[in-house]
Amino acid sequence: MPKIAPAQYKTKVEPVWCPGCGDFGVLNALCNALSAKEVDPKNLVFASGIGCSGRLPPYVKSYGFHTVHGRVLPIATGVKVANPDLTVVAVGGDGDAFAIGGGHIPHMSRRNPTVLYIVMDNGTYGLTKGQASPTGPLGMKTGASPYGTIEPPLNPIAMALGYDISFVARAYSGKNKELEALILRALSHRGFSFIDVISPCITYYNTYKDLPPQLASVPADHDVKDRVKAFELALKTDKIYLGLFYEVERPTFEERIRANVDQAEASGIPRLDEIFLEFA
Amino acid sequence: MADTVFRFGGEGGEGVISTGELFTTACARSALEIYTFRSYPAEIKGGHAMIQVRVADRNILLSRGDAVDVLVAFNKEAYDRHYQEVRQGGVLVFDNTDFLPEEDQRTIKYPIPFTKIAMEEIGVRLTKNMVALGAISELFGVPQGKFKELIREKFGKKGEAILAKNFQALEAGARYVAQNIKKKEQIRVAPTGRQPKLVLSGNEALSLGAIAAGLKVYAGYPITPASSILEFLAKELPKAGGVVIQTEDEIAALGVVLGASFAGKKAMTATSGPGFSLMVEMLGLAVMAELPAVIVDAQRAGPSTGMPTKMEQADLMMAIHAGHGEAPRVVMGLTSVEDCFYGIIRAFNIAETFQTPVVVLSDQGLAQREASILKPETAEIDILERRKPNADQLANYQRFRMTPDAISPMAVPGMPDGFYAATGIEHTEAGELNYEPANHNKMMAKRAKKLQGVLDLPWIVKTYGAERPEIAVIGWGSGEGVIRETVALAQETGLKVGALHPKILWPFPTKIINDYLANGVRKVIVPELNFSGQFAALLKQHLKRTDIEVISMAKGGGIPWKPGEILEQIKEAAKIHA
Repeated sequence: MPKIAPAQYKTKVEPVWCPGCGDFGVLNALCNALSAKEVDPKNLVFASGIGCSGRLPPYVKSYGFHTVHGRVLPIATGVKVANPDLTVVAVGGDGDAFAIGGGHIPHMSRRNPTVLYIVMDNGTYGLTKGQASPTGPLGMKTGASPYGTIEPPLNPIAMALGYDISFVARAYSGKNKELEALILRALSHRGFSFIDVISPCITYYNTYKDLPPQLASVPADHDVKDRVKAFELALKTDKIYLGLFYEVERPTFEERIRANVDQAEASGIPRLDEIFLEFA
Repeated sequence: MADTVFRFGGEGGEGVISTGELFTTACARSALEIYTFRSYPAEIKGGHAMIQVRVADRNILLSRGDAVDVLVAFNKEAYDRHYQEVRQGGVLVFDNTDFLPEEDQRTIKYPIPFTKIAMEEIGVRLTKNMVALGAISELFGVPQGKFKELIREKFGKKGEAILAKNFQALEAGARYVAQNIKKKEQIRVAPTGRQPKLVLSGNEALSLGAIAAGLKVYAGYPITPASSILEFLAKELPKAGGVVIQTEDEIAALGVVLGASFAGKKAMTATSGPGFSLMVEMLGLAVMAELPAVIVDAQRAGPSTGMPTKMEQADLMMAIHAGHGEAPRVVMGLTSVEDCFYGIIRAFNIAETFQTPVVVLSDQGLAQREASILKPETAEIDILERRKPNADQLANYQRFRMTPDAISPMAVPGMPDGFYAATGIEHTEAGELNYEPANHNKMMAKRAKKLQGVLDLPWIVKTYGAERPEIAVIGWGSGEGVIRETVALAQETGLKVGALHPKILWPFPTKIINDYLANGVRKVIVPELNFSGQFAALLKQHLKRTDIEVISMAKGGGIPWKPGEILEQIKEAAKIHA
């Protein structure tokens, strides 16, 4: 396949996002990384949930599947097991991932299919006009929480580490080069990879000013195989660390499935007629 | 002509069901026809368990039968629950270690101390089941060798000592009968000498059919009574190069299925009512994105958790209408164990060729009962694939392009130039999101229209009985056998009765049913196993003639209709009619 420039990964479909939305940064970084990785668009599938970020699939030259709220991970799993040769990227927002869809994440980790999951995390439900999401801060005042939210936010990185996801990273859509580098590395990871991308909502929860002073890079000497150290970084409250927290090599779901099939084949594939005889 | 209904009852978890299963398989291997019906508690241990086996030496067994000919009661509760269903002149075989029945002349009684023999001669209480089988083999002529063959297959791995104990128990039961019981009736279930058939449960037949149809990705969550499909396929599907995933819930199960189907593979999930309830949002997505998918609902008594181990046909309206908006899908009813095999293949063929979810309704009774069927000739079965775009169509690809039959060629990932994004949002023919009412109406019409083609398939209803009936019986799903048997009985009494049994329940086969009822039918009896008469209501909605009386025979409660009950209704209708 001849190399495809990043711009050529973008389709002519105009994103619905508000000008200044963090998701533009994610789209750019994605196209850059896909170009650098030379992913063939015909073997590329973007699956998404519901929300502003879920609109992303048709913006990238690929096969897209814009699914239902919270269920992108099982659907992405189905795509991958059906055709392990495909590059499968799942995208969605923080409500999609951590509220309605939160129950699927631990099982993705247990199965470990080679699926890259990018969560565009903005702490708010933009598409329904600004209610607090599971990552919005305690006390956040919104239409649905006029006196401030009374539920503290969850910590996506600590959660991902708790579930032992084999690739755990955080990025900021405003730091595009770092995000691109993380996506590129995740595209080479065998197994499930999770990138929590802080991607501000300019309309309902604008953190562009407050956020940058809190950000810090994961220390250069951090050992990405050290899950305990990764937890320590994830649990720090003075800084929000960006970068790769944890990466470990583990058998993938598609490899284990292949092994099952190989084992069955090694013991001789019965014809259907032969299976019938078990019931005679 | 032998046709005998055996019923085994006793304490759940003590091997009553497996005793009945051994008896069933021994009969089938003796080339007898069998038809089982079972009922057991939702608990793993304790509660009452029952298995009924109808055994005949003729070709077609259509229902579980009416009265019980032989009741094998392992305890007092079995006697209390089932004795009244034993016919006049029938047989009660009972464990007189456990209880003594009341004196009456209605039945022939064979007291056999199963437990005492097991404890005193064998030294293992649970071998009482083998004692019982030995006694039955001696009483009714099932060759002891068939039982030994099966016991060896079942317990052989546990070692010779255990095998020997079981054989001894079997022989002790037979010896006791030979020495102490004087046979007072003619019931024999001796081998026929014909070619033995396959013995399959509904779920096994369905799973084999799915493999034959080309299933490659199965995802499911454990639920009674569908779990045995998950377990069967987990064992067999990898041998056919397929994948089975036990998902975290039913939503994920249908999610995996839709993802796999989007990527070009044949995919299926199976569940029961509670799981189907969870899948409903995904079902709408499948309709909107026009994805092939097969969803089996092995119905059990509801609502909510209901009665997990009892059958019901109460998910019909849900199967047809579940979901927000209007989402046309195909609903099929499986009618027999054999139809579980062929029906699921047809479900895949429809799903793939019409690019639609197909909801396949089975039920607890059908899922778990065994029947003997002829070995399918797989080479003669049509397996159909979805329509793929050709090079010209790919050059300017429109995923939802309008065509004469409203079915659009479907690209899958990996094809050059077939790029599109499947979506649950309303879209144009090209797949672009679109909120214009005119486009929405056009696409709604497309999705509805393409399914009308299903009604042109040649097998969507079956008819039997009188050619010009005055009274018609229209049931659905697993009611087919008992209705067919009843119609034959009614015809023998000279009544002009016929039956039509739809296999496609949605889109509703309006024309074919109205044509059937057009000439001479005055009354339609609709037997079904739900409280409100769901199919009867649907039928009334679609009837062209208003002078036809629809008689709904509806009951919840988890026990299938018997031929006698339906026959009575037919006679009643005929009486008023005359």
